[in-house]
Amino acid sequence: MSSAGDSGRTATEPPLLALEGVQTHIGAYHILHGVNLAVPRGGLTVLLGRNGAGKTTALRTIMGLWRASGGCIRLDGEDVTGLLTPDIARRGVAYVPESMGIFSDLTVKENLALAARGARRAEDIDARRLERVFGLFPALERFWLHPGGLLSGGQKQMLSVARAIVEPRKLLLVDEPTKGLAPAIVQNMIAAFRELKRETTVLLVEQNFGFARALGDSVAVMDDGRIVHAGTMAALAADEALQHRLLGLSLAAHQ
Amino acid sequence: MSATVSSATPQQPLPQVRADWLPLAIVPLLALAALPFVGSPSTWLTLTVAGLAMGLIVFIIASGLTLVFGLMDVLNFGHGVFIALGAFLATTVLASMGAWTASPNLLVNFTAVFTAMLVAMAAAGTVGLAFERVVIRPVYGQHLKQILITMGGMIVGEELIKVIWGPQQIPLPLPAGFRGSILVGDAAIEKYRLIAVAIGLVVLAAMLWVFGRTKVGLLIRAGVQDREMVESLGYRIRRLFVGVFVAGSALAGLGGVMWGLYQQNVIPQIGAQVNVLIFIVIIIGGLGSIGGCFVGALLVGLLANYTGFLAPKVALFSNILLMVAVLLWRPQGLYPVAKR
Repeated sequence: MSSAGDSGRTATEPPLLALEGVQTHIGAYHILHGVNLAVPRGGLTVLLGRNGAGKTTALRTIMGLWRASGGCIRLDGEDVTGLLTPDIARRGVAYVPESMGIFSDLTVKENLALAARGARRAEDIDARRLERVFGLFPALERFWLHPGGLLSGGQKQMLSVARAIVEPRKLLLVDEPTKGLAPAIVQNMIAAFRELKRETTVLLVEQNFGFARALGDSVAVMDDGRIVHAGTMAALAADEALQHRLLGLSLAAHQ
Repeated sequence: MSATVSSATPQQPLPQVRADWLPLAIVPLLALAALPFVGSPSTWLTLTVAGLAMGLIVFIIASGLTLVFGLMDVLNFGHGVFIALGAFLATTVLASMGAWTASPNLLVNFTAVFTAMLVAMAAAGTVGLAFERVVIRPVYGQHLKQILITMGGMIVGEELIKVIWGPQQIPLPLPAGFRGSILVGDAAIEKYRLIAVAIGLVVLAAMLWVFGRTKVGLLIRAGVQDREMVESLGYRIRRLFVGVFVAGSALAGLGGVMWGLYQQNVIPQIGAQVNVLIFIVIIIGGLGSIGGCFVGALLVGLLANYTGFLAPKVALFSNILLMVAVLLWRPQGLYPVAKR
Protein backbone atom coordinates (compact mmCIF):
# COMPACT_ATOMS: atom_id res chain seq x y z
CA MET A 1 0.00 0.00 0.00
CA SER A 2 1.56 3.26 -0.93
CA SER A 3 0.55 6.84 -0.96
CA ALA A 4 -0.14 8.72 -4.13
CA GLY A 5 2.36 11.16 -2.83
CA ASP A 6 4.94 8.93 -4.56
CA SER A 7 4.91 11.30 -7.44
CA GLY A 8 6.70 9.14 -10.00
CA ARG A 9 4.23 6.32 -9.62
CA THR A 10 1.05 8.02 -10.66
CA ALA A 11 2.56 9.21 -13.89
CA THR A 12 3.36 5.75 -15.17
CA GLU A 13 0.55 3.61 -13.81
CA PRO A 14 -2.91 3.75 -15.39
CA PRO A 15 -5.40 5.55 -13.15
CA LEU A 16 -7.72 3.54 -10.92
CA LEU A 17 -10.69 5.56 -12.11
CA ALA A 18 -10.94 7.44 -15.38
CA LEU A 19 -13.81 9.56 -16.65
CA GLU A 20 -13.68 10.35 -20.34
CA GLY A 21 -16.08 12.96 -21.69
CA VAL A 22 -18.80 12.03 -19.20
CA GLN A 23 -22.14 13.75 -19.74
CA THR A 24 -25.04 13.60 -17.31
CA HIS A 25 -28.57 14.85 -17.76
CA ILE A 26 -31.03 15.03 -14.88
CA GLY A 27 -34.46 15.44 -16.37
CA ALA A 28 -34.28 18.42 -18.70
CA TYR A 29 -31.06 19.72 -17.13
CA HIS A 30 -27.66 19.08 -18.63
CA ILE A 31 -25.35 18.94 -15.60
CA LEU A 32 -22.06 17.33 -16.66
CA HIS A 33 -20.71 18.62 -19.97
CA GLY A 34 -17.96 16.14 -20.77
CA VAL A 35 -16.00 15.52 -17.58
CA ASN A 36 -12.46 14.20 -18.02
CA LEU A 37 -10.91 13.06 -14.76
CA ALA A 38 -8.19 10.58 -13.83
CA VAL A 39 -8.00 9.40 -10.23
CA PRO A 40 -4.59 7.89 -9.56
CA ARG A 41 -4.29 4.63 -7.68
CA GLY A 42 -3.64 5.21 -3.98
CA GLY A 43 -3.83 8.47 -2.10
CA LEU A 44 -6.54 11.06 -2.00
CA THR A 45 -7.86 13.12 -4.88
CA VAL A 46 -9.94 16.16 -4.05
CA LEU A 47 -12.67 17.44 -6.32
CA LEU A 48 -13.11 21.14 -5.66
CA GLY A 49 -15.55 23.65 -7.03
CA ARG A 50 -18.25 26.06 -6.05
CA ASN A 51 -21.85 25.10 -5.33
CA GLY A 52 -23.61 23.78 -8.38
CA ALA A 53 -20.40 23.04 -10.29
CA GLY A 54 -21.40 19.38 -10.68
CA LYS A 55 -19.20 17.71 -8.05
CA THR A 56 -21.94 15.69 -6.39
CA THR A 57 -23.39 14.80 -9.78
CA ALA A 58 -19.96 13.52 -10.82
CA LEU A 59 -19.77 11.24 -7.75
CA ARG A 60 -23.33 10.01 -8.22
CA THR A 61 -22.68 9.32 -11.89
CA ILE A 62 -19.57 7.30 -11.03
CA MET A 63 -21.66 5.35 -8.51
CA GLY A 64 -24.36 4.70 -11.11
CA LEU A 65 -27.00 6.57 -9.11
CA TRP A 66 -27.44 8.81 -12.12
CA ARG A 67 -26.88 7.33 -15.54
CA ALA A 68 -24.22 8.95 -17.72
CA SER A 69 -25.83 10.07 -20.97
CA GLY A 70 -22.49 10.12 -22.76
CA GLY A 71 -18.81 9.35 -22.32
CA CYS A 72 -17.13 6.50 -20.52
CA ILE A 73 -16.23 5.65 -16.92
CA ARG A 74 -13.45 3.10 -16.38
CA LEU A 75 -12.64 1.45 -13.09
CA ASP A 76 -9.38 -0.45 -13.11
CA GLY A 77 -9.54 -0.47 -16.90
CA GLU A 78 -13.07 -1.92 -17.01
CA ASP A 79 -15.89 0.07 -18.57
CA VAL A 80 -18.48 0.50 -15.80
CA THR A 81 -20.53 3.24 -17.46
CA GLY A 82 -23.78 1.34 -17.88
CA LEU A 83 -23.57 -0.79 -14.74
CA LEU A 84 -26.16 -0.64 -11.99
CA THR A 85 -25.19 0.84 -8.62
CA PRO A 86 -25.02 -2.52 -6.77
CA ASP A 87 -22.72 -3.93 -9.44
CA ILE A 88 -20.42 -0.92 -9.17
CA ALA A 89 -20.40 -1.29 -5.38
CA ARG A 90 -19.52 -4.97 -5.74
CA ARG A 91 -16.44 -3.97 -7.74
CA GLY A 92 -15.09 -2.33 -4.59
CA VAL A 93 -16.47 1.19 -4.72
CA ALA A 94 -17.96 2.66 -1.53
CA TYR A 95 -20.02 5.83 -1.38
CA VAL A 96 -20.37 8.24 1.54
CA PRO A 97 -23.13 10.65 0.44
CA GLU A 98 -23.45 14.21 1.61
CA SER A 99 -26.63 13.22 3.48
CA MET A 100 -24.56 10.44 5.12
CA GLY A 101 -27.30 7.92 4.31
CA ILE A 102 -27.51 6.53 7.84
CA PHE A 103 -30.35 4.06 8.41
CA SER A 104 -31.72 5.92 11.39
CA ASP A 105 -34.00 3.16 12.71
CA LEU A 106 -31.16 0.64 12.62
CA THR A 107 -28.51 0.45 15.33
CA VAL A 108 -24.86 1.25 14.71
CA LYS A 109 -24.27 -2.49 14.79
CA GLU A 110 -26.96 -3.17 12.20
CA ASN A 111 -25.73 -0.33 9.97
CA LEU A 112 -22.28 -1.89 9.93
CA ALA A 113 -23.61 -5.43 9.52
CA LEU A 114 -25.35 -4.33 6.32
CA ALA A 115 -22.22 -2.62 5.04
CA ALA A 116 -20.20 -5.82 5.55
CA ARG A 117 -21.79 -7.65 2.68
CA GLY A 118 -19.95 -10.87 3.37
CA ALA A 119 -21.25 -11.07 6.94
CA ARG A 120 -24.60 -12.70 7.61
CA ARG A 121 -24.72 -11.15 11.07
CA ALA A 122 -22.79 -8.41 12.87
CA GLU A 123 -20.88 -11.15 14.70
CA ASP A 124 -19.46 -12.32 11.37
CA ILE A 125 -17.78 -9.00 10.55
CA ASP A 126 -14.02 -9.44 10.16
CA ALA A 127 -12.75 -8.75 13.70
CA ARG A 128 -9.59 -7.00 12.54
CA ARG A 129 -11.48 -4.60 10.33
CA LEU A 130 -13.96 -3.88 13.09
CA GLU A 131 -11.08 -3.21 15.44
CA ARG A 132 -9.69 -0.81 12.86
CA VAL A 133 -13.05 0.96 12.64
CA PHE A 134 -13.23 1.26 16.42
CA GLY A 135 -9.62 2.47 16.47
CA LEU A 136 -10.51 5.30 14.12
CA PHE A 137 -13.92 6.04 15.58
CA PRO A 138 -14.20 4.87 19.21
CA ALA A 139 -17.59 6.56 19.59
CA LEU A 140 -19.09 3.85 17.39
CA GLU A 141 -18.10 1.15 19.87
CA ARG A 142 -19.68 3.11 22.71
CA PHE A 143 -22.93 3.56 20.86
CA TRP A 144 -22.91 0.09 19.28
CA LEU A 145 -26.52 -0.69 20.14
CA HIS A 146 -27.96 2.80 19.68
CA PRO A 147 -30.12 3.68 16.68
CA GLY A 148 -28.19 5.62 14.06
CA GLY A 149 -30.82 8.35 14.15
CA LEU A 150 -29.85 9.32 17.71
CA LEU A 151 -26.18 9.97 16.91
CA SER A 152 -24.83 13.50 16.64
CA GLY A 153 -23.91 14.89 13.21
CA GLY A 154 -20.23 14.08 13.70
CA GLN A 155 -20.96 10.57 14.91
CA LYS A 156 -23.25 9.97 11.94
CA GLN A 157 -20.44 11.03 9.64
CA MET A 158 -18.11 8.59 11.41
CA LEU A 159 -20.66 5.82 10.98
CA SER A 160 -21.07 6.67 7.33
CA VAL A 161 -17.30 6.51 6.74
CA ALA A 162 -17.06 3.37 8.88
CA ARG A 163 -19.63 1.65 6.68
CA ALA A 164 -17.48 2.45 3.67
CA ILE A 165 -14.35 0.85 5.16
CA VAL A 166 -15.72 -2.09 7.13
CA GLU A 167 -14.89 -4.20 4.09
CA PRO A 168 -11.82 -3.74 1.91
CA ARG A 169 -12.59 -1.33 -0.94
CA LYS A 170 -10.68 -0.14 -3.95
CA LEU A 171 -12.17 3.31 -4.03
CA LEU A 172 -14.03 5.52 -1.57
CA LEU A 173 -16.26 8.27 -2.98
CA VAL A 174 -16.83 10.80 -0.21
CA ASP A 175 -19.11 13.80 -0.57
CA GLU A 176 -18.40 16.81 1.68
CA PRO A 177 -17.56 14.97 4.89
CA THR A 178 -17.00 18.18 6.84
CA LYS A 179 -20.29 19.84 6.05
CA GLY A 180 -21.92 21.09 9.22
CA LEU A 181 -19.29 19.58 11.53
CA ALA A 182 -17.64 21.41 14.43
CA PRO A 183 -14.02 22.48 13.75
CA ALA A 184 -12.64 20.06 16.35
CA ILE A 185 -14.35 17.13 14.64
CA VAL A 186 -13.10 18.33 11.25
CA GLN A 187 -9.53 18.11 12.60
CA ASN A 188 -10.14 14.55 13.65
CA MET A 189 -11.74 13.66 10.34
CA ILE A 190 -8.52 14.89 8.74
CA ALA A 191 -6.57 12.50 10.95
CA ALA A 192 -8.89 9.63 10.05
CA PHE A 193 -8.66 10.26 6.30
CA ARG A 194 -4.86 10.48 6.55
CA GLU A 195 -4.95 6.92 7.85
CA LEU A 196 -7.49 5.76 5.30
CA LYS A 197 -5.71 7.07 2.23
CA ARG A 198 -2.71 4.92 3.09
CA GLU A 199 -4.70 1.79 2.40
CA THR A 200 -7.21 2.76 -0.26
CA THR A 201 -7.89 5.34 -2.94
CA VAL A 202 -10.18 8.20 -1.98
CA LEU A 203 -12.03 10.64 -4.24
CA LEU A 204 -13.33 13.39 -2.01
CA VAL A 205 -15.65 16.24 -2.90
CA GLU A 206 -15.01 19.24 -0.71
CA GLN A 207 -15.70 22.95 -0.46
CA ASN A 208 -13.52 23.52 2.57
CA PHE A 209 -10.16 24.34 0.99
CA GLY A 210 -8.32 24.03 4.31
CA PHE A 211 -9.53 20.44 4.68
CA ALA A 212 -8.77 19.69 1.05
CA ARG A 213 -5.26 21.12 1.27
CA ALA A 214 -4.48 19.14 4.41
CA LEU A 215 -5.41 15.84 2.80
CA GLY A 216 -5.23 16.05 -0.98
CA ASP A 217 -2.46 14.48 -3.00
CA SER A 218 -3.99 15.43 -6.30
CA VAL A 219 -6.78 17.82 -7.07
CA ALA A 220 -9.28 18.57 -9.79
CA VAL A 221 -11.41 21.68 -9.93
CA MET A 222 -14.86 21.69 -11.50
CA ASP A 223 -16.86 24.55 -12.88
CA ASP A 224 -20.08 24.47 -14.83
CA GLY A 225 -20.03 20.71 -15.29
CA ARG A 226 -16.44 20.48 -16.53
CA ILE A 227 -13.00 19.88 -15.05
CA VAL A 228 -11.18 23.19 -15.41
CA HIS A 229 -7.97 22.26 -13.64
CA ALA A 230 -6.20 19.05 -12.60
CA GLY A 231 -2.83 18.63 -10.96
CA THR A 232 -1.14 18.06 -7.64
CA MET A 233 -2.47 19.65 -4.49
CA ALA A 234 1.02 20.89 -3.64
CA ALA A 235 1.11 22.95 -6.84
CA LEU A 236 -2.32 24.45 -6.27
CA ALA A 237 -1.59 25.16 -2.59
CA ALA A 238 1.57 27.03 -3.56
CA ASP A 239 -0.05 29.17 -6.25
CA GLU A 240 -2.36 31.73 -4.71
CA ALA A 241 -3.13 33.40 -8.01
CA LEU A 242 -4.30 30.07 -9.43
CA GLN A 243 -6.41 29.44 -6.33
CA HIS A 244 -8.02 32.81 -6.69
CA ARG A 245 -8.69 32.31 -10.38
CA LEU A 246 -10.10 28.78 -9.98
CA LEU A 247 -11.84 28.94 -6.69
CA GLY A 248 -12.66 32.59 -6.28
CA LEU A 249 -14.26 34.10 -3.25
CA SER A 250 -16.80 31.39 -2.68
CA LEU A 251 -14.08 29.01 -1.60
CA ALA A 252 -11.89 31.58 0.03
CA ALA A 253 -14.75 32.21 2.38
CA HIS A 254 -14.50 28.64 3.61
CA GLN A 255 -10.79 28.75 4.40
CA MET B 1 -3.40 3.44 15.39
CA SER B 2 -2.50 7.05 15.39
CA ALA B 3 -5.69 8.69 14.27
CA THR B 4 -8.80 8.56 16.31
CA VAL B 5 -11.77 10.79 16.29
CA SER B 6 -12.35 10.22 19.96
CA SER B 7 -10.37 13.04 21.44
CA ALA B 8 -12.45 15.87 20.12
CA THR B 9 -15.74 14.07 20.06
CA PRO B 10 -17.92 15.62 22.70
CA GLN B 11 -18.51 12.92 25.27
CA GLN B 12 -22.07 13.93 25.94
CA PRO B 13 -24.35 10.96 26.50
CA LEU B 14 -26.78 10.06 23.77
CA PRO B 15 -30.45 10.54 24.47
CA GLN B 16 -31.91 7.41 25.97
CA VAL B 17 -33.40 4.98 23.51
CA ARG B 18 -37.07 5.31 24.23
CA ALA B 19 -39.49 3.07 22.43
CA ASP B 20 -42.67 4.78 21.34
CA TRP B 21 -45.28 2.69 23.13
CA LEU B 22 -48.07 5.22 22.94
CA PRO B 23 -49.74 4.02 19.71
CA LEU B 24 -49.53 0.41 20.91
CA ALA B 25 -51.10 1.43 24.22
CA ILE B 26 -54.14 2.76 22.38
CA VAL B 27 -55.19 -0.81 21.57
CA PRO B 28 -55.85 -1.87 25.20
CA LEU B 29 -57.11 1.63 25.99
CA LEU B 30 -59.68 1.38 23.21
CA ALA B 31 -60.74 -2.04 24.46
CA LEU B 32 -61.09 -0.78 28.04
CA ALA B 33 -62.91 2.35 26.93
CA ALA B 34 -65.45 0.21 25.10
CA LEU B 35 -66.24 -1.88 28.21
CA PRO B 36 -68.60 0.58 29.96
CA PHE B 37 -70.46 1.25 26.70
CA VAL B 38 -70.91 -2.43 25.91
CA GLY B 39 -71.95 -3.07 29.49
CA SER B 40 -71.87 -6.84 29.76
CA PRO B 41 -68.30 -8.16 30.26
CA SER B 42 -69.13 -11.40 28.46
CA THR B 43 -70.37 -9.56 25.37
CA TRP B 44 -67.32 -7.31 25.57
CA LEU B 45 -65.00 -10.33 25.64
CA THR B 46 -66.76 -11.87 22.64
CA LEU B 47 -66.47 -8.62 20.69
CA THR B 48 -62.85 -8.10 21.70
CA VAL B 49 -61.78 -11.56 20.55
CA ALA B 50 -63.70 -11.05 17.31
CA GLY B 51 -61.98 -7.68 16.86
CA LEU B 52 -58.54 -9.12 17.51
CA ALA B 53 -59.19 -11.97 15.06
CA MET B 54 -60.34 -9.54 12.38
CA GLY B 55 -57.43 -7.23 13.15
CA LEU B 56 -54.83 -9.97 12.84
CA ILE B 57 -56.30 -11.19 9.53
CA VAL B 58 -56.25 -7.63 8.21
CA PHE B 59 -52.66 -7.29 9.42
CA ILE B 60 -51.61 -10.42 7.52
CA ILE B 61 -53.23 -9.03 4.38
CA ALA B 62 -51.95 -5.45 4.72
CA SER B 63 -48.36 -6.13 5.80
CA GLY B 64 -47.18 -6.86 2.27
CA LEU B 65 -48.90 -3.78 0.90
CA THR B 66 -47.24 -1.39 3.33
CA LEU B 67 -43.76 -2.85 2.64
CA VAL B 68 -44.30 -2.64 -1.11
CA PHE B 69 -45.03 1.04 -0.69
CA GLY B 70 -42.19 1.59 1.75
CA LEU B 71 -39.55 -0.11 -0.39
CA MET B 72 -40.39 1.15 -3.85
CA ASP B 73 -43.08 3.83 -3.43
CA VAL B 74 -45.48 1.56 -5.25
CA LEU B 75 -49.19 2.06 -4.61
CA ASN B 76 -50.77 -1.28 -5.44
CA PHE B 77 -54.53 -1.00 -5.58
CA GLY B 78 -54.59 -4.50 -7.06
CA HIS B 79 -53.65 -6.12 -3.75
CA GLY B 80 -57.27 -7.22 -3.32
CA VAL B 81 -56.92 -9.65 -6.25
CA PHE B 82 -54.63 -11.85 -4.16
CA ILE B 83 -57.13 -11.84 -1.29
CA ALA B 84 -59.95 -12.89 -3.62
CA LEU B 85 -57.78 -15.54 -5.26
CA GLY B 86 -56.89 -17.03 -1.87
CA ALA B 87 -60.51 -17.07 -0.72
CA PHE B 88 -61.83 -18.67 -3.91
CA LEU B 89 -59.08 -21.29 -4.00
CA ALA B 90 -60.04 -22.14 -0.43
CA THR B 91 -63.60 -22.88 -1.55
CA THR B 92 -62.28 -25.28 -4.20
CA VAL B 93 -59.66 -26.96 -2.02
CA LEU B 94 -61.95 -27.37 0.99
CA ALA B 95 -64.83 -28.60 -1.19
CA SER B 96 -62.56 -31.22 -2.72
CA MET B 97 -61.49 -32.32 0.75
CA GLY B 98 -65.07 -32.72 1.95
CA ALA B 99 -64.32 -35.80 4.01
CA TRP B 100 -61.49 -33.99 5.79
CA THR B 101 -63.55 -30.94 6.67
CA ALA B 102 -66.53 -33.01 7.78
CA SER B 103 -64.40 -35.08 10.16
CA PRO B 104 -64.87 -34.22 13.81
CA ASN B 105 -61.11 -34.69 14.30
CA LEU B 106 -59.56 -31.24 14.69
CA LEU B 107 -56.18 -32.36 13.37
CA VAL B 108 -57.75 -33.63 10.14
CA ASN B 109 -59.62 -30.29 9.82
CA PHE B 110 -56.38 -28.39 10.29
CA THR B 111 -54.70 -30.46 7.60
CA ALA B 112 -57.43 -29.48 5.15
CA VAL B 113 -57.26 -25.80 6.09
CA PHE B 114 -53.45 -25.76 5.95
CA THR B 115 -53.58 -27.40 2.52
CA ALA B 116 -55.95 -24.65 1.36
CA MET B 117 -53.65 -22.02 2.86
CA LEU B 118 -50.56 -23.45 1.16
CA VAL B 119 -52.31 -23.69 -2.20
CA ALA B 120 -53.61 -20.11 -1.79
CA MET B 121 -50.18 -18.77 -0.82
CA ALA B 122 -48.42 -20.56 -3.68
CA ALA B 123 -50.99 -19.39 -6.23
CA ALA B 124 -51.16 -15.81 -4.93
CA GLY B 125 -47.35 -15.66 -4.79
CA THR B 126 -47.04 -16.89 -8.37
CA VAL B 127 -49.71 -14.51 -9.64
CA GLY B 128 -47.95 -11.77 -7.61
CA LEU B 129 -44.71 -12.48 -9.46
CA ALA B 130 -46.46 -12.12 -12.82
CA PHE B 131 -48.41 -9.04 -11.63
CA GLU B 132 -45.19 -7.31 -10.59
CA ARG B 133 -43.54 -8.08 -13.92
CA VAL B 134 -46.47 -7.17 -16.18
CA VAL B 135 -48.41 -4.48 -14.31
CA ILE B 136 -46.12 -2.81 -11.77
CA ARG B 137 -42.70 -2.77 -13.42
CA PRO B 138 -43.62 -0.49 -16.34
CA VAL B 139 -44.92 2.22 -13.98
CA TYR B 140 -42.20 2.53 -11.34
CA GLY B 141 -42.08 6.03 -9.91
CA GLN B 142 -45.35 7.15 -11.50
CA HIS B 143 -48.03 7.20 -8.83
CA LEU B 144 -50.98 8.21 -10.97
CA LYS B 145 -50.27 5.48 -13.51
CA GLN B 146 -49.74 3.00 -10.68
CA ILE B 147 -53.16 3.76 -9.24
CA LEU B 148 -54.88 3.51 -12.62
CA ILE B 149 -53.13 0.39 -13.87
CA THR B 150 -53.29 -1.54 -10.60
CA MET B 151 -57.00 -0.73 -10.30
CA GLY B 152 -57.34 -1.98 -13.85
CA GLY B 153 -55.45 -5.13 -12.88
CA MET B 154 -57.87 -5.57 -10.01
CA ILE B 155 -60.89 -5.33 -12.32
CA VAL B 156 -59.38 -7.83 -14.75
CA GLY B 157 -58.56 -10.18 -11.86
CA GLU B 158 -62.09 -9.91 -10.49
CA GLU B 159 -63.58 -10.70 -13.91
CA LEU B 160 -61.26 -13.68 -14.34
CA ILE B 161 -62.43 -14.98 -10.98
CA LYS B 162 -66.04 -14.65 -12.19
CA VAL B 163 -65.09 -16.62 -15.30
CA ILE B 164 -63.60 -19.45 -13.25
CA TRP B 165 -65.85 -19.57 -10.18
CA GLY B 166 -68.94 -17.73 -11.41
CA PRO B 167 -70.37 -14.39 -10.28
CA GLN B 168 -72.43 -15.72 -7.40
CA GLN B 169 -71.63 -15.94 -3.71
CA ILE B 170 -69.96 -19.24 -2.77
CA PRO B 171 -70.36 -20.58 0.75
CA LEU B 172 -67.17 -21.38 2.62
CA PRO B 173 -68.30 -23.35 5.65
CA LEU B 174 -65.96 -23.86 8.55
CA PRO B 175 -64.63 -27.39 9.03
CA ALA B 176 -66.63 -29.35 11.61
CA GLY B 177 -64.06 -28.97 14.37
CA PHE B 178 -63.82 -25.18 13.90
CA ARG B 179 -67.53 -24.61 14.40
CA GLY B 180 -69.22 -23.67 17.62
CA SER B 181 -68.03 -21.71 20.58
CA ILE B 182 -66.27 -22.27 23.82
CA LEU B 183 -67.56 -20.70 26.98
CA VAL B 184 -65.28 -18.46 29.00
CA GLY B 185 -67.39 -17.59 32.01
CA ASP B 186 -70.59 -16.32 30.41
CA ALA B 187 -68.90 -15.34 27.21
CA ALA B 188 -69.30 -17.50 24.14
CA ILE B 189 -66.20 -17.22 21.99
CA GLU B 190 -66.26 -18.71 18.54
CA LYS B 191 -63.56 -21.31 18.13
CA TYR B 192 -62.56 -20.10 14.69
CA ARG B 193 -61.83 -16.62 16.03
CA LEU B 194 -59.42 -18.06 18.56
CA ILE B 195 -57.81 -20.11 15.80
CA ALA B 196 -57.52 -17.00 13.64
CA VAL B 197 -55.89 -15.11 16.52
CA ALA B 198 -53.44 -17.99 17.01
CA ILE B 199 -52.52 -18.15 13.31
CA GLY B 200 -52.19 -14.36 13.22
CA LEU B 201 -49.82 -14.43 16.19
CA VAL B 202 -47.71 -17.15 14.54
CA VAL B 203 -47.42 -15.03 11.36
CA LEU B 204 -46.56 -11.98 13.49
CA ALA B 205 -43.85 -13.92 15.37
CA ALA B 206 -42.40 -15.14 12.07
CA MET B 207 -42.32 -11.57 10.76
CA LEU B 208 -40.69 -10.23 13.91
CA TRP B 209 -38.05 -12.93 13.58
CA VAL B 210 -37.39 -12.11 9.93
CA PHE B 211 -37.16 -8.36 10.55
CA GLY B 212 -35.19 -8.56 13.77
CA ARG B 213 -32.88 -11.51 13.22
CA THR B 214 -32.19 -12.00 9.54
CA LYS B 215 -30.14 -10.06 7.07
CA VAL B 216 -33.01 -9.98 4.59
CA GLY B 217 -35.19 -8.39 7.27
CA LEU B 218 -32.48 -5.86 8.02
CA LEU B 219 -32.22 -5.06 4.31
CA ILE B 220 -35.97 -4.53 4.03
CA ARG B 221 -35.97 -2.20 7.05
CA ALA B 222 -33.01 -0.30 5.62
CA GLY B 223 -34.51 -0.22 2.12
CA VAL B 224 -37.74 1.33 3.40
CA GLN B 225 -35.66 4.18 4.85
CA ASP B 226 -33.08 4.77 2.12
CA ARG B 227 -33.27 2.69 -1.01
CA GLU B 228 -30.34 4.39 -2.71
CA MET B 229 -27.96 3.72 0.15
CA VAL B 230 -28.88 0.04 0.22
CA GLU B 231 -27.97 -0.14 -3.47
CA SER B 232 -24.74 1.77 -2.84
CA LEU B 233 -23.78 -0.93 -0.34
CA GLY B 234 -23.97 -3.47 -3.15
CA TYR B 235 -27.45 -4.97 -2.69
CA ARG B 236 -29.85 -5.34 -5.60
CA ILE B 237 -32.97 -3.73 -4.20
CA ARG B 238 -35.12 -4.64 -7.16
CA ARG B 239 -34.61 -8.32 -6.40
CA LEU B 240 -35.45 -7.62 -2.76
CA PHE B 241 -38.57 -5.76 -3.85
CA VAL B 242 -39.75 -8.61 -6.08
CA GLY B 243 -39.22 -10.98 -3.14
CA VAL B 244 -41.24 -8.74 -0.84
CA PHE B 245 -43.96 -8.33 -3.46
CA VAL B 246 -44.28 -12.09 -3.89
CA ALA B 247 -44.23 -12.69 -0.13
CA GLY B 248 -46.79 -9.91 0.38
CA SER B 249 -49.04 -11.41 -2.30
CA ALA B 250 -48.74 -14.86 -0.70
CA LEU B 251 -49.66 -13.38 2.69
CA ALA B 252 -52.67 -11.68 1.08
CA GLY B 253 -53.67 -15.10 -0.30
CA LEU B 254 -53.35 -16.57 3.20
CA GLY B 255 -55.37 -13.67 4.59
CA GLY B 256 -57.99 -14.30 1.89
CA VAL B 257 -58.48 -17.88 3.10
CA MET B 258 -58.81 -16.66 6.69
CA TRP B 259 -61.12 -13.80 5.75
CA GLY B 260 -63.33 -16.12 3.68
CA LEU B 261 -63.60 -18.55 6.59
CA TYR B 262 -64.30 -15.61 8.93
CA GLN B 263 -67.21 -14.50 6.70
CA GLN B 264 -68.09 -18.11 5.80
CA ASN B 265 -68.80 -17.09 2.23
CA VAL B 266 -66.96 -15.59 -0.67
CA ILE B 267 -68.02 -13.12 -3.37
CA PRO B 268 -65.91 -11.91 -6.30
CA GLN B 269 -65.96 -8.37 -4.87
CA ILE B 270 -64.22 -9.52 -1.67
CA GLY B 271 -60.93 -8.03 -2.84
CA ALA B 272 -62.41 -4.60 -3.51
CA GLN B 273 -64.19 -4.65 -0.13
CA VAL B 274 -61.09 -5.49 1.87
CA ASN B 275 -58.95 -3.12 -0.22
CA VAL B 276 -60.55 -0.05 1.38
CA LEU B 277 -59.94 -1.47 4.83
CA ILE B 278 -56.29 -2.31 4.26
CA PHE B 279 -55.53 1.09 2.76
CA ILE B 280 -57.03 2.71 5.84
CA VAL B 281 -54.87 0.43 7.98
CA ILE B 282 -51.59 1.23 6.27
CA ILE B 283 -52.31 4.95 6.27
CA ILE B 284 -53.17 4.87 9.98
CA GLY B 285 -50.01 2.88 10.70
CA GLY B 286 -47.67 5.10 8.67
CA LEU B 287 -46.90 4.05 5.10
CA GLY B 288 -44.07 1.52 5.07
CA SER B 289 -44.22 0.77 8.79
CA ILE B 290 -44.84 -2.85 9.71
CA GLY B 291 -45.33 -2.03 13.42
CA GLY B 292 -47.79 0.71 12.52
CA CYS B 293 -49.62 -1.68 10.23
CA PHE B 294 -50.01 -4.11 13.13
CA VAL B 295 -51.40 -1.49 15.54
CA GLY B 296 -53.60 0.04 12.84
CA ALA B 297 -55.08 -3.35 11.94
CA LEU B 298 -55.91 -4.15 15.57
CA LEU B 299 -57.54 -0.74 16.05
CA VAL B 300 -59.62 -1.16 12.90
CA GLY B 301 -60.66 -4.68 13.89
CA LEU B 302 -61.66 -3.75 17.43
CA LEU B 303 -63.46 -0.55 16.47
CA ALA B 304 -65.42 -2.29 13.70
CA ASN B 305 -66.70 -4.89 16.18
CA TYR B 306 -67.51 -2.49 19.01
CA THR B 307 -69.34 -0.01 16.80
CA GLY B 308 -71.03 -2.86 14.91
CA PHE B 309 -72.58 -3.85 18.23
CA LEU B 310 -73.18 -0.41 19.74
CA ALA B 311 -74.19 1.65 16.71
CA PRO B 312 -74.39 -0.35 13.50
CA LYS B 313 -74.91 2.77 11.40
CA VAL B 314 -71.73 4.36 12.73
CA ALA B 315 -69.86 1.13 11.99
CA LEU B 316 -70.11 1.91 8.29
CA PHE B 317 -67.75 4.84 8.63
CA SER B 318 -66.05 4.17 11.97
CA ASN B 319 -62.79 3.31 10.21
CA ILE B 320 -62.80 6.63 8.39
CA LEU B 321 -63.39 8.41 11.71
CA LEU B 322 -60.50 6.48 13.21
CA MET B 323 -58.26 7.47 10.32
CA VAL B 324 -59.19 11.13 10.65
CA ALA B 325 -58.55 11.06 14.41
CA VAL B 326 -55.17 9.36 14.01
CA LEU B 327 -54.03 11.68 11.25
CA LEU B 328 -55.03 14.74 13.27
CA TRP B 329 -52.82 13.41 16.07
CA ARG B 330 -49.97 12.09 13.90
CA PRO B 331 -50.25 13.29 10.31
CA GLN B 332 -47.64 10.77 9.11
CA GLY B 333 -49.42 7.86 10.79
CA LEU B 334 -48.84 6.12 14.11
CA TYR B 335 -45.27 5.06 13.38
CA PRO B 336 -43.88 7.28 10.62
CA VAL B 337 -41.00 5.75 8.72
CA ALA B 338 -37.87 7.87 8.98
CA LYS B 339 -36.90 8.61 5.42
CA ARG B 340 -33.62 10.27 4.64
